[in-house]
Formats: sequence, structure tokens, C-alpha cells
Amino acid sequence: MAIRSFFAPFLFFALCSYSSLTPVLSLYEDQVGLMDWHQQYIGKVKQAVFSTQKTGRRRVIVSTEENVIASLDLRHGEIFWRHLLGSNDVIDGIDIGLGKYVITLSSGGSVLRSWNLPDGQMMWESSLQGPKHSKSLLLVPTNLKIEKDNVIVVFSNGRLHAVSCIDGEVLWNKDFEAESFEALQVIQPPGSDLIYVVGFAASSQFEMYQINARNGELLKHERATFSSGFLREVSLVSSETVVALDSTGSILLTISFQNGEISFQQTPISSLVEDPSGPAVIIPSSVPGIFAIKTNAFTIFIRVIGEGKLEVVEKTNHETTVSNVLPISEGQQAFALVQHAGSEIHLAVKIAHDWDGNLLKESIKMDQQRGLVHKVFINNYIRTDRSHGFRVLIVMEDHSLLLLQQGAIVWSREDGLASVIDVTASELPVERDGVSVAKVEHNLFEWLKGHMLKLKGTLMLASPEDVAAIQSMRLKSSEKSKMTRDHNGFRKLLVVLTRAGKLFALHTGDGRIVWSHFLQSLHKSGTCQSPIGLNLYQWQVPHHHAMDENPSVLVISRCGPSSDAPVVLSFVDTYTGKELNSLSLVHGVVQVIPLPYTDSTEQRLHLLIDSDKHAHLYPTTSEALRIFKREFSNIYWYSVEDHNGIIKGHALKCKCTDEAADEFCFDTRDLWSVVFPSESGKIIATVTRKLNEVVHTQAKVIADQDVMYKYISRNLLFVATVAPKGSGEIGSVTPEESWLVAYLIDTVTGRILHRVTHHGARGPVHAVFSENWIVYHYFNLRAHRYEMSVIEIYDQSRADNKDVWKLVLGKHNLSSPISLFSRPEVITKSQSYFFTHSVKAIAVTSTAKGITSKQLLVGTIGDQVLALDKRFLDPRRSVNPTQAEKEEGIIPLTDSLPIIPQSYVTHALRVEGLRGIITVPAKLESTTLVFAHGVDLFFTQLAPSRTYDSLTEDFSYALLLLTIVALVAAIFVTWRLSERKELQDKWR
Amino acid sequence: MEKGKGVMGSGRRWAVDFSDNSTAPSSRDIPDPPGFTRASVDQDDSAVSRQKKDAESNWKAQKAWEVAQAPFKNLLMMGFMMWMAGSTVHLFSIGITFSALWQPISALQGVGKVFEPYKDNKVDLLGPKLLFIALNLGGLALGVWKLNTLGLLPTHASDWVSSLPPAQEVEYSGGGIPL
Repeated sequence: MAIRSFFAPFLFFALCSYSSLTPVLSLYEDQVGLMDWHQQYIGKVKQAVFSTQKTGRRRVIVSTEENVIASLDLRHGEIFWRHLLGSNDVIDGIDIGLGKYVITLSSGGSVLRSWNLPDGQMMWESSLQGPKHSKSLLLVPTNLKIEKDNVIVVFSNGRLHAVSCIDGEVLWNKDFEAESFEALQVIQPPGSDLIYVVGFAASSQFEMYQINARNGELLKHERATFSSGFLREVSLVSSETVVALDSTGSILLTISFQNGEISFQQTPISSLVEDPSGPAVIIPSSVPGIFAIKTNAFTIFIRVIGEGKLEVVEKTNHETTVSNVLPISEGQQAFALVQHAGSEIHLAVKIAHDWDGNLLKESIKMDQQRGLVHKVFINNYIRTDRSHGFRVLIVMEDHSLLLLQQGAIVWSREDGLASVIDVTASELPVERDGVSVAKVEHNLFEWLKGHMLKLKGTLMLASPEDVAAIQSMRLKSSEKSKMTRDHNGFRKLLVVLTRAGKLFALHTGDGRIVWSHFLQSLHKSGTCQSPIGLNLYQWQVPHHHAMDENPSVLVISRCGPSSDAPVVLSFVDTYTGKELNSLSLVHGVVQVIPLPYTDSTEQRLHLLIDSDKHAHLYPTTSEALRIFKREFSNIYWYSVEDHNGIIKGHALKCKCTDEAADEFCFDTRDLWSVVFPSESGKIIATVTRKLNEVVHTQAKVIADQDVMYKYISRNLLFVATVAPKGSGEIGSVTPEESWLVAYLIDTVTGRILHRVTHHGARGPVHAVFSENWIVYHYFNLRAHRYEMSVIEIYDQSRADNKDVWKLVLGKHNLSSPISLFSRPEVITKSQSYFFTHSVKAIAVTSTAKGITSKQLLVGTIGDQVLALDKRFLDPRRSVNPTQAEKEEGIIPLTDSLPIIPQSYVTHALRVEGLRGIITVPAKLESTTLVFAHGVDLFFTQLAPSRTYDSLTEDFSYALLLLTIVALVAAIFVTWRLSERKELQDKWR
Repeated sequence: MEKGKGVMGSGRRWAVDFSDNSTAPSSRDIPDPPGFTRASVDQDDSAVSRQKKDAESNWKAQKAWEVAQAPFKNLLMMGFMMWMAGSTVHLFSIGITFSALWQPISALQGVGKVFEPYKDNKVDLLGPKLLFIALNLGGLALGVWKLNTLGLLPTHASDWVSSLPPAQEVEYSGGGIPL
């Protein structure tokens, strides 16, 4: 026994190296940024206010459609500070108060906040309630003071509030009880103590309220009726005059309310311009004395010359955008106009009362890929010769933000990347011979130097400067940002479709934009006013025999949200970003089904279903048709109608019977339907497996060498329904009347394979489906905690394949194709655990061959990505696992899932506004690429079972080389020595 | 060794021929002395040598049996080592198991060589050889048994299906919530 205990430490050591129960995936501090990158964006700018601060760094405060308030550096466009408000806290207006506070009005005018301008700290927040919902308007007068206190005037929720700028206290408020009154402008004429609130009531009545700014007292209330009604937009031309259009859009109304008297002045547009071509709309602006209207063909600028007389100053058919108004000196106000002309934009800065004189006129070459100018914000600076210089911030159609100054683009931000709709990955070109050799030779000395430095680092001889040099060398490694395919498959292109309709290709090495392309079909045009990009599909992924082709993606865009709106398919080459082809479809598209078949050029077959349930095959080639005909009877499709709780299965029937239809159109028939009665359940989540997921094996070996066969099917649908009451707000339902039912439905036959009810649970449900398991996340009302459940599905009909000899000789049917119409016998195992966080997205790691163990990637409410080992969500966990189970790696059951701080994939960073997590397998089996997108973008590499198939990045090749050289030298020396000694012995 | 050769090679100064010429009378120039009968001496000699040879072959047989039994000790030792190693898979137990497998195999390969010194047409080596082989096979069996207890033999269904790819499905169905 003594000897045995002597061996014990050896055994222990060996055991430790074999079974490490909780692999910690944390990074060292100096590894940050080696394989990951993080980019911060803000989204499309809605409003920008320039800081007028004379000292300190110049900055601009912006609010965006992603609900971000940010302070940007005017010199470089970097973010000083940034706050992301919640998705239901939409920003209505921003302004700067007292020169040092940023005032924001959000949440439909009910939340007013003040932020410290230099550092973005929140100063105060006040809640503004009111009797009814209304448009919200924010006005920060510069010189309106009540008892030495600057005042913010807010009109929101049918009430006018005056709020102290210092502490957010409401000084007074005034209700506007009139039922239909709709405020359009709150005007504070400079130098007076009056506030005008103007608006419309009951579509044909103009109302004006004159209010004492000091105490909210109503001084005057006038109304006037205009029989033919108004369009709901006005343009302020002076502090006591607005311009509106009548409801037909053909008559201009100059409404003056000087001294509390309302007077109308009607001017038909046709009297100003001949051939107005259709109804006009007012472009909202507040340039004194000038306003702009837009008809189908023209943009017309009109000057108001006293007593309601109008005069056309310019009529242009170019796309024109007007900026805000900038007071430049006493009584002078400047504004900017931006017009498109071919590949250039013309910027003109004018003084409000002098249309013909330009303060500034510049032409700037503009990338066609950015589309039209959507918004312009102007700011001035004083040159050294005391003249005025102007800088202009413009927001483009692709949501990018540019600063123009002195006829050049000073900086630009690609803020379209803050709203990513869909992502797909593409390979890079293969490295051709003779491309990189010269580069390597050129860098040979550098390479050697680098390795010597590394060696110094390894041997702990490096000085602090050397350490810094090593770190910067590691971060800037040219290896990771090359434009060619690498051996490990780490370098790829992420093709990203943004809400603006622009495609970007991001390099996974450093996140730079390789190309960007604004799809022609997603440009706003006369035929389509609101095109939306829907989805991105991999159209052609060449490998093996079609290597010469470039890979391409399919972008599906539709004109507007309705399901039968015209659809355009665009095919884009992912190497170059060129649009190869674009098809305008005659039919609508409600579903796009990528089929698991490809043609000889590796183009994937896609089935597009229109709203009449006809299936259309793409690509429209005879080869594709032949492949499709071969598999015709095996192709099914299903539709989830979540609004009425029906899931329907369909099969293909025959060619379309319409005369107009071509040979690629097929009729379908209904096969089955699963109806969830509206009183018992409402569909809130459906999840399927990813089409391209690779599963290595169908068997799962459990303790004692036993086998369980996984039920692996591409055609399984996970559906979660909740009680109709449980779909409302949290707190609106008691645990007794809320439940959540999870179904597993076979989408070919409509068979429900499994059903489980969670009493007292409610949504939202986030789920992920991989291999033979589903993990879903929901809220448990009884325990007041979030829960995660796992369901694993096993095939019982294969379980009796236990005869070793049959398996050795291959006499089994485990790998023969199976039909889903043969009744599967499945058993499921499930388990639930508490989970601390609420979740924004769940994904699972995917690797090239599916051998590596899986990790769940949980996007937490704190906008971080947490890697959670799948072994924590194993239904075979028990409180006291047996020895055999422990050896298998089963973790003792605990009631909640552990959150290990080191396993945050995003380490110290946050992916603000996290929306989705995408995993792409690398060529190296152990590694998976993770891309998380929200307002920010984050990319990293993950190795769920550590990199068992490659040397780590910090492996010192120099040390290895040195060791080998030293060993060879030692061998040589000792050989020589022994030779000599032998000779001496012989002579003795 | 080399040194000796070197000295010998440098030149021969003297030599003694120990070759016994007594058995070849024809080459003798000197006749036998009277009363000396060569034949009887020859006979005596042959009897002695036969005795000697018998003893030698006995000794050889004995030795061969000893050699044949040697693996038994080895077997016991191996068994002890295996017991020490335990039944979990790690470096130590794998090393012992593989040496337990390798030793009998290499011994079996060298059966002829092991019994070479005891080769004699009077000695029956079949018995010892069989014993030797049997014992080594026993050792091999022990090694295999150990391998099995370590779970390294593919004797379970799980060993044959664990890398079986999932079966192809005939049907395909796609779709989801309308765009």
C-alpha cells in the first residue's frame, strides 16, 4: 500500500491534465485586441447641435435613430461620450442649455433629461406627464429667464411645461384641453416674454395661443377656420408668421398672427410657378423669410416679402436639402443648401435675407455609394482674419455622417453599420503564386527582428520598451489582415446588410471595410419610395470544382412592408462588391427557402414563395430545374402564421396552371396544419436548426460505454406559445393564468414530437436549436426569476443497435437514408435552471466538422456576450453523479447556471444595443468566429474546447529553433570530444 | 578487443599448436610404444565424452526448462505492476499496459533465439518451447485483459458508432414566419 500511495501524486497529476471540469476561457490583458475587434457607431443622425463653447475641444452633440445621444469630436469624428437610451425611449429632441448642458426630450415627450456636456454625466431627469398623447416639441430659448433661472419650454402630451434648466424642476405648466388640438410649433420671439403655441384643430381650424412665459398665464387664444383644411406641416418664416399648405397641396397659406390677430393669405402654387406638376409638400425649415416646397419634379424656394406676398427665388429639379439656421451676427442668420449634381454635391451657404449672395459656394466630390444627402447641419467658426468660416455636417442616405469644411470631407463615419439587418460570411480569394513572396523577403529582417524580440520576451530579458514593441507588433500583425484565404480559415469577409440598404464587407482580421455597395434596388426612387432590404442569402459558395467563380450573395429587397409589394433580387460578388445581376420579380415574395441542393457551378437552389402560395425556383436554368425535378416529391415547406396561431405544411403539386406563369413556377397544396386556439396560446417564438450546421456523429456515448442515438433532423421546428394574457407587460398577469408551452413539430409531416408546459412562465422566449437539443430562455413568474430549459431528443428506434459484430461488419441501418414518414420513436430529456440575466439573443458556436463541444453565446441585458458551456445545460445532470458519470464530464446539478466573469467573450467591452450574434466556423476545427452586432460591432475567435489542434499564438518558434540548434551543436561537440578521447586512449 | 587485434597483427613471434594429432595415426612418424594400445584409450575417451555429453544435454534440458519458466516471474511482476497502475486511463497505466503487451510479443518473436544455446539433437525442446509460448501468451492475455479494463478495446457498440455520421433525410422542408 505504501508503494501505491507513492504513485498517487503521479495519478493525480495525470488526472488533472485529462479532465479539467470547467475550462476557463479568459484572456490575458495583453491578448485583448489580438483576435477581437470592437467598433462603435451611433446610427443615423436625427438631429445635431454644435457646442458653442469657446474653450476646450470643439464638439457636436447628435441624437440618432438608434436612440443614441453622443458627443463627437469635430476634428476627427471620434466619440467623446455616448448614451444609448432604451428602444422604447425614442429621442424627440435635443438642444444645449446654458452652453454646458445637453437637454434631451424622449419617450414621446415624457422624459426630459440633462447631461453634462464635457463628460456626459446625467445632471437631472424629470418626468413630464400630460392629459393626452401629442407631438412633443422642445424649445430652449437662450435669453428667457425666470428669476435668474434659464427655462426650457416643452410641449408634450397635450401640456406646455416650463422647466428649470438648473435642476429640472417644473416651474409651471399649462394644459391644452381642446380635444383635437395638435401643436405644430412653439415659438418664443426673441426679446419678449411671450410664447406662441400654434397648431391645428379638427383639420380645418388654425389655433394660436399666446402665453406669458413667466407664469404660464394664457394671454390670448385665437382661432380661425379655413374651409378646405390643412396639410399637417408648417414652415416658420418669421416669429409671427407660418406657411402651410391646404389639404389638396395646391394652395399656399401664409398665416400671420401678429398682435394676436390671425390673418390668412392664400396663394395658389400655380400662380407662382407654371406647371407645378402635382401636389406639393412643405419641407420643414425655419429660415426667416424663406421656405421650400417640393413637388414631384421640383424643389421650389419661395421668399415671403411682407404682407403675405410670395416670390419664387429658385426652382430646381436637383435633390436639395436645407440646413438649420445659424445666427452669425446681430440680425443675420445663415443657412446651408446642398444640391446634388451628378457625382458632386454643391454646398451653398446663404444669408437668410439675401438669397442671391452666397457666403460660401463649394463643390465636393461625393461617392455615389452614399446616395442622397438627407440632412444638413451648419456651424461656423471665426477665421484668423475675423471672417466667417463654415463647416457642415451632412447625413447621407446610407446613414453615414460626414463633416465638410473648406471644400473637402474632413471625416466620415459609416454609421449605417449601427443598424445591421443580416450577416453572412464569405471566403477570401485564394492566395495566388508569386503574390506575397516578395513581401516576405522584404520583411525578412523585420521578421527576424520580431522573433528575436519575442524570444527576449520569452526569456524575460525584454525591457519595458521591448515589451511595448512586442505588444504593438502582435496587434498590428499584417498576417491577420491580409486579403487572401489563410490555412486556418480565420480570415473571412463578413457581408453585412444594413437598414439603409447598403452592403458592407468587413474583414474579420481587423474589421476594416473592404468594400461597400449601395444597392441600386434599395435607392429611394420614383417607383419605390421606401425600399427595404429584407435578407441576405449565400447564393454561390464555390469550392472543389468551381474554384474559378467568385462567391456571391443574394440580397432580397422589397418596396415597402406589404407582402405583395414588388421584390428585387440582387446578386453581389463578394470579392469585389459589384452587383452582378438584378432581377425585378413579377411576383411577390413571402418566403425564401434555400434548398439543400446546388448546381454544377455551386449556385444554391432557392425556392421563393409568393403570397398566392406559388413556389418559384431560382436560378432559372434548365440544370437547376432538372435537379429540382429529381427531388420534387421530397420538397416541402411550411408557414407560420403567428397572428392567428396556425402552422401549415405544404407540398409541391404541379406546374403553375396560370397561362402567364413560366416553367419555374409550381403550385402547392396544403398538407397539414397545427392550430393553436387563440384562447390557449399565442405563438411567440419559432426556431429551427441552421441549414449549414454540421453534425459529426449521431451517437452519444454515455457512462458505461452505453450509446444513445441522437434524433438529428433538419426538419424540426421549435414553437413556443404563451397564454394570451401572458404576452403583455411583466406584472400584468398572475402565475396562475400564465403558462408557456414548448412544441417540437416535424415540419414535413406536421407530427408533434414533443410538448411540454411550463406553468407560471411567460415570455419573451429566446431559443436556440442545434444538433438534437434546444435551449430556451423565459421568465418564471412563480420564482420571479429567469429560467433556461434544455430539451434533448433521442431516437429510441435505433437504440437496439447494440450487437458489436453487426456493427463491426457494417450490417446495420444506421447510415441508410431515413424518411420522416416512417414513424420515429423519440424520447426527450429535459431540465430547467435559473439564470440571472435577461437575454437579448442566444446563439451557439459552430465548428467546421462539429466535433468540438458547444458553447452557448448569451447576449445579456448588459450588452455583453457570455459563453456558457453546453455541459451546464445537460439534462443528465444530477445532484450526485456516479463515478462513471463524473468521468464522462457530467457536472453536479445546481439550481442556477453559473456566470463566470472570465467567460464573457466581450471581456471589458459592451456591444451597445446588442441585437444578434452570428457564429461562423473557421477551417480549424477547434475554432469558431463570433460576430455580435447592435449599435456596436464586435468580432472575436472562440475555441470552446481550447485550441487542441494548433499551437497557441504566443508559442515561441524562435525558442524552439534555438533549442534545436543548441541540441544539434551539443551533439556535434560531444561527438568530437568522444572521438578525441578515444584516440587518446588508443595511444596510451 | 581492437587493441588485442592490433598487437596480433603486428607480427607473430611464437606459437604453440595445441591441435591433437593423436587420433590420426597415419600422420604419425613415430610408432606407438610397445604395450600401448591406442584403441582402448580411444574407447575410454569416448565413454567419458558420452557421459560428458549426457550431462551437458541434461544440463541443457534443465536450463531450457528454466528459461521456459522465466516468463512466469515476469507475469507475476506484470500483474503486480498492473494492480499498481489502477484502472483509469493515464500515462502510467498506458505505459505499463503497452509494455505488458510488448514484452510477450517480442519474446514470442524470439522463441528460436532464446532456445538456440540449448539446441541439441538429444534435447527435446518442444516442451519448454510450448511452456514458454504458453506463458507468454498468458502474459499477452493479461495485457489484453488490462487493456480491456482500461476500456481501450473496441468491445462496445459505442466504439463502433461513435463516429458514425447522421443518417441522410429523404425529405426537406423549409419556411418559417413570412418576411
